[in-house]
Amino acid sequence: MSPILEVKDLQTSFGEVNVLAGVSFAVEQGETYAMVGESGSGKTTVIRAIAGLAPAQAGSVKFDGQEIRGIGERALRPLRKDIAMMFQDPTGSLSPRLTIRNLITEPHKIQGMKNRDLDAEAKRLLELVNLPAHFADRYPYQLSGGQARRVGVARALALEPKLILADEPTAGLDVSVQGELLNLLNDLRERLGLSMVIITHNLNVVRHVADRMGILYLGRLVEEGTTEAIFHEPRHPYTNCLLSANPEPDPDARLDRIALKGEPPSLIRRPSGCEFRDRCPMASDVCSQVPQWKVTNGHGVRCLTPRHL
Amino acid sequence: MTETLLEIDNLSVDYETARGDLKALRDISFDVNRGEIVGIVGESGCGKSTLISAILRLIAPNTRFRNGAIRFKGDDLLTRTEEQMRALRGGDISIVFQDPMQTHNPVITIGKQMVDIQHRVKISKAEKLATAARMLGVVGIPDPEARLKQYPHEFSGGMRQRIAIAMALMSEPDLLIADEPTTALDATLEVQIIERLKDLQRDFGCAILFISHHLGVIAELCDRVVVMYAGAVVESGTVREIFHNPKHPYTRRLIECDPGHIKTRARVLPTIPGEVPDLANLPEGCIFRERCDQAMARCAQVPPLTRLSEGHNAACWLNHAEEIA
Repeated sequence: MSPILEVKDLQTSFGEVNVLAGVSFAVEQGETYAMVGESGSGKTTVIRAIAGLAPAQAGSVKFDGQEIRGIGERALRPLRKDIAMMFQDPTGSLSPRLTIRNLITEPHKIQGMKNRDLDAEAKRLLELVNLPAHFADRYPYQLSGGQARRVGVARALALEPKLILADEPTAGLDVSVQGELLNLLNDLRERLGLSMVIITHNLNVVRHVADRMGILYLGRLVEEGTTEAIFHEPRHPYTNCLLSANPEPDPDARLDRIALKGEPPSLIRRPSGCEFRDRCPMASDVCSQVPQWKVTNGHGVRCLTPRHL
Repeated sequence: MTETLLEIDNLSVDYETARGDLKALRDISFDVNRGEIVGIVGESGCGKSTLISAILRLIAPNTRFRNGAIRFKGDDLLTRTEEQMRALRGGDISIVFQDPMQTHNPVITIGKQMVDIQHRVKISKAEKLATAARMLGVVGIPDPEARLKQYPHEFSGGMRQRIAIAMALMSEPDLLIADEPTTALDATLEVQIIERLKDLQRDFGCAILFISHHLGVIAELCDRVVVMYAGAVVESGTVREIFHNPKHPYTRRLIECDPGHIKTRARVLPTIPGEVPDLANLPEGCIFRERCDQAMARCAQVPPLTRLSEGHNAACWLNHAEEIA
């Protein structure tokens, strides 16, 4: 079976800032793929470029086998009902002047499906995300952060998409509510057979929702594999740093933390050789060469001295 | 010898609203000793922010102090004049805010901002600049003299938060309030900030009141923890007591919900069903009763915050077994 989403060598620059330097990954039908990285690694740009909301100067984005990069707004519009976005800021992405009913049925109006019974549709969607039906008459300011997230999910699901692109779906949520949202996403994926790309920097979240994950550093994947493999046998030193930088809710937790040196380098003047070497605890002389992408057992890494290999 | 620096004593704060009084804080009591790191943990709406603004008396006009005292070095801050409070803020008590991107003035260089906040010190501008550069060095900003000439946008988020910490420590405060200082940052930067705070606390000897909803960060950094829920303290104790021997169902559930605890992929993650009660229309009895899976008839009365062992307090009837029997 061909993947629902296939991204090849995607490149994006804003002026001289080279944000994505060739990103390739694929998402199978029904799969959840997590893209992990620090601020500025380009993770938001990846999904915005896939959705046609950010420019991509080169590369290919195939959705359901069809090339969609640079096909233009007019050609993209009918596809938008199959590819839904969940934006990062739950309240900020909802218009303050529309009721929840109008917000979650807006996609129908945009896609020219006004002949449907929109009241019934609003009710169905609210039920899907476990919100009471009377919420249809509320305005965004009357919602808590968790409820606003659910409305965001309802709106993303409105047109029964095949693929959801979710940007930090649990950012800013309390832990008790975060679990609820992740359970909801897992449940919907099972019931509706959705495929998902989730962008996050929260590794605790990734472990429970993603089948596979990619680690992004300076607009390039440095590691990719199944979530299990990456958590248990991380190959790239950067992945290792990220995993060890996860504070444990236990005061006696043993901290064999690997300190990450310095700040991410400038995207305008990319470092030579391995782009991670200035911050890498394992860097050696060989790292002045450019590492190539190597895949073994479905686990890819871009490192000259990988671990667990 | 521990000396109490800050003492919150039965503090109750309301917000007057059109729907009636919103009881944002109810009978809050806890202490912060000199040189100690105390964590306040709780979810949205638990009153963390009201507590900070009450301590600093940076309050909204509809705030009403109903009861209690906030004693700093034995002095009740609620009876101080505004002028006295101004002398205290950024002096003996300073604060690091949540969002490092909005803490600094975007059109003034970091150097000028760091000189400006030394307005109380009677030294020359050159000396103030030298102090500023030294503090940037302390928080690990490389090449501090040159960086002083730069504007906030020329620094990353993690650096800006470290600069905010440097500025808060310049007055050598006795108490540093840190309001979710790592929430806006990535895990790697979060770790950098925590480790930096630990070092600084050791070097400067100030007490830190650290507010966060991230249990991992609290567990790693704090000596003692105060757990708040819907405007009340439900439990307080040493960090080990709270994480290894929690005595309030809310604390227990909160720790269970943290996905950092669950090492294998969970089909269904634990949650706390229900919602925080409406503080303008308080339910009878224990504030957590409606979401508590161990609630019983006794919970129709508000449980007092009771001392269970040295330095461990909880407000739950489950700890009063002999009275139930």
